[in-house]
Amino acid sequence: MSIESIIWLLPLPPLLAFFLIVLFTNRYKALSHGIAVGTALLSWLGSMVVFFRAIRTERLGTNPFVSVLNWLPTGDRWFQIGVRIDPLSAATLFFVAWTVLMIFIYSVGYHNYGQPKGDHDKPGLQPHGATVADEHGHKHVVPSIEPMYSRFFAFIGLFAFGMYTLVVSDNLLTLFVGWEIMGLCSYLLIGFWYQKPSARAAMIKAFMTTRVGDVFMLLGLAYLYTTVGSLSYSEIFKPETLQMLASTPAIGGILGLSAAGMIGILLFIGTVGKSAQWPLHVWLPDAMEGPTPVSAMIHAATMVSAGVYMVIRMFPLLQAGSEAGHLTPAMSLMTVIGAFTAIFAATIAVAQNDIKRVLAYSTISQLGYMIAALGIGAYVAAAFHLITHAFFKALLFLGSGSVIHGVEHGVLHTGEHVDPQDMFNMGGLRKKMPVTFWTFLIGGFALSGFPLITAGFWSKDEILADAFGHGHWAVFITLALAALLTAFYTMRQITLTFLGESRTQSAQHAQETPWTMTLPLVVLAVFAVAIGWAGISESFPIIGGLLPNFAHEFIGGTLAELPETLPFNIWPLIVSLVVALGGLALGWLVYRNQKAGAEDPLKIALGPVHKLLKNKYYFDELYDTIFVRPAYWLADNFTNQILDRGIIDGILHFIARVASNVGTIFRNYFDKPIVNGFGDFVGEGIKKAGRGLKIIQTGRVQQYLLMALVLAFGAMFYFVFTFVQH
Amino acid sequence: MIPLSWYLIFAAILFCVGLYGVLVRKNAIAILMGIELMLNSINVNLIAFWRYRSSDGIAGQAFAIIVFAVAAAEVAVGLALIISIYRRRSSVVADDMNMMKW
Repeated sequence: MSIESIIWLLPLPPLLAFFLIVLFTNRYKALSHGIAVGTALLSWLGSMVVFFRAIRTERLGTNPFVSVLNWLPTGDRWFQIGVRIDPLSAATLFFVAWTVLMIFIYSVGYHNYGQPKGDHDKPGLQPHGATVADEHGHKHVVPSIEPMYSRFFAFIGLFAFGMYTLVVSDNLLTLFVGWEIMGLCSYLLIGFWYQKPSARAAMIKAFMTTRVGDVFMLLGLAYLYTTVGSLSYSEIFKPETLQMLASTPAIGGILGLSAAGMIGILLFIGTVGKSAQWPLHVWLPDAMEGPTPVSAMIHAATMVSAGVYMVIRMFPLLQAGSEAGHLTPAMSLMTVIGAFTAIFAATIAVAQNDIKRVLAYSTISQLGYMIAALGIGAYVAAAFHLITHAFFKALLFLGSGSVIHGVEHGVLHTGEHVDPQDMFNMGGLRKKMPVTFWTFLIGGFALSGFPLITAGFWSKDEILADAFGHGHWAVFITLALAALLTAFYTMRQITLTFLGESRTQSAQHAQETPWTMTLPLVVLAVFAVAIGWAGISESFPIIGGLLPNFAHEFIGGTLAELPETLPFNIWPLIVSLVVALGGLALGWLVYRNQKAGAEDPLKIALGPVHKLLKNKYYFDELYDTIFVRPAYWLADNFTNQILDRGIIDGILHFIARVASNVGTIFRNYFDKPIVNGFGDFVGEGIKKAGRGLKIIQTGRVQQYLLMALVLAFGAMFYFVFTFVQH
Repeated sequence: MIPLSWYLIFAAILFCVGLYGVLVRKNAIAILMGIELMLNSINVNLIAFWRYRSSDGIAGQAFAIIVFAVAAAEVAVGLALIISIYRRRSSVVADDMNMMKW
């Protein structure tokens, strides 16, 4: 099989799984997850084949694997779709394949496969646990299997299809198709437990918020298509096309933007929605309402990465028209939004108590890092951080799911009423859940950028070094501060969750999760460490150059000209070390002696600021006041009362009344007197005539004969006097 | 030779006698007999016109023969009906047979 046909087939197995499960195997849980995991494995296998072929191909950036089909006739030309694997998509494919496969396996354990059915579990609600009796007759409450087990695997199958489509497509349209499929799956999966009102609200919020970005992105696509006449990457990224886009002023000439700048900004707004950047970040924390493998991992490792992937992909367009290191307007906007989001989300994460929400905000913050990195032109650093982040964030989220699962086990066992997601209800889990602890520690250290051994260090260091090296001081300081906060809240999370003593009975009785959940953790932990080795800068002291800087050579090859490597500078490295180690140490020092029921020390230290952070700067309330309530008000008072009931219904009622009156007139002056009258007249007339004539029917034969005689005479006289000429 | 009009007058008288019998007699058999008279008066007319106007053809005689045949058949059916009615109602008075009315 040629490499192109493998690429074409990559997205299809999970789609097949979706249809098989939905149409046929919905009732059979084992079969459903078998199909889903099997197809994910197939896609993973194909991805690995493609990836290893890609890294062995010389100069893949200029000669990518491309296969194109005519799809839609547009006038005298064809709209073409196709697949394309260049270094960037090959690298993305690598982490997508691994993380997707890991979620699929993890989901089997997370949804309690092999456990009994719940005592009163209902579809659309989380499983509440089942009571089982052991051999001594003691009753225990154990976790119960998810009632809509198969449905979950169908949805994540469709989700995987969307992600693979997005990665392998060679044009923005199929990328957008995959993008929207994921938007749909995200909606369905956030609201997986749809009987929970909070889940319903979260699913609508996620869908509506990302929609805002998607509309702008679609505008950008339309603008690009009308200007270039194609959405295929190979067409858009031709130097002359980019030159043309950069030199054409945008429609309306807003702010003196070029067409390239305008399109870039529109596409970037799509990313703001998808990758949850400020000001459209509000949906991502709420997405934690879904089951952990989804709301967490999908919204951390794959789907939100799609937004960053898209802007990295569009980087030549965003950069078009920049001269001698000056940033284009689109890049400046990205830098500002990205850096601001990085620090903004990090500050919120510091004050969250829900283990998943901390990670959600850290995801927003890390995505901000990538956006800011791309904004200052650090193409390879952004892509590299995207990959490392996907691995360690997937690891952290799956780890948090494992923690919650373990604590939930304790909650069921003890019958306590505590929130199994609140970190202040945990503590001391390192002894109960060793695998989860060690993998979580690795993921957490990678997130904080623990020096030398973790992947996060190398990618984050590269971003900081780029910001420093190109003299973007504000960005450098902001990102360094964000890194400090990141290390702090990560250590806060690890300390509260795993270290110290158990603060509740439930944490005391927490239990390690089954192998289906811990295996993905271990695999991802290996990557969270090892993937960093692919991108060690060659100018790094001592160990630099021992391994080739694979990320730079390979991913950088996607661009027309290989980005230059920066000379080594000691300052960003020192800052990076200080913030990572300092943040970790601070987090440990502040939280190591946290007692059950005690206040968060940060609350005491920060006072009202903590309240502000805890409430996420009141952005939800703000949007509620500015957008949601006016929208409801407008919908009710204007659209419903005036437009719908007043005008549209008014017109309809008027038409109805006119028609009714005309009908009445017709009825009274035409139908009743004329049509009915004629019918009645005929009927009555015949009746009367019959009544009059019946007296001659006497039944006496001689009277009949007499009548016949009279008539015959009559007829005779008639004929004689009429026809006979005298 | 006797003029044609004599035959015609005779036939008319015979027809009127038959018609009178049909209309006024109560006995159904007498009514049938009246009908016979009327038919035969027509026969007289047919034969007379044949003899005086077109004696080289046989159409008049043929018509008369056909009328005989019809009259015979009619009498046969009519008498059978009258016998049947008599058996049921012990009467042959035409005015008594008045069931066929509204």
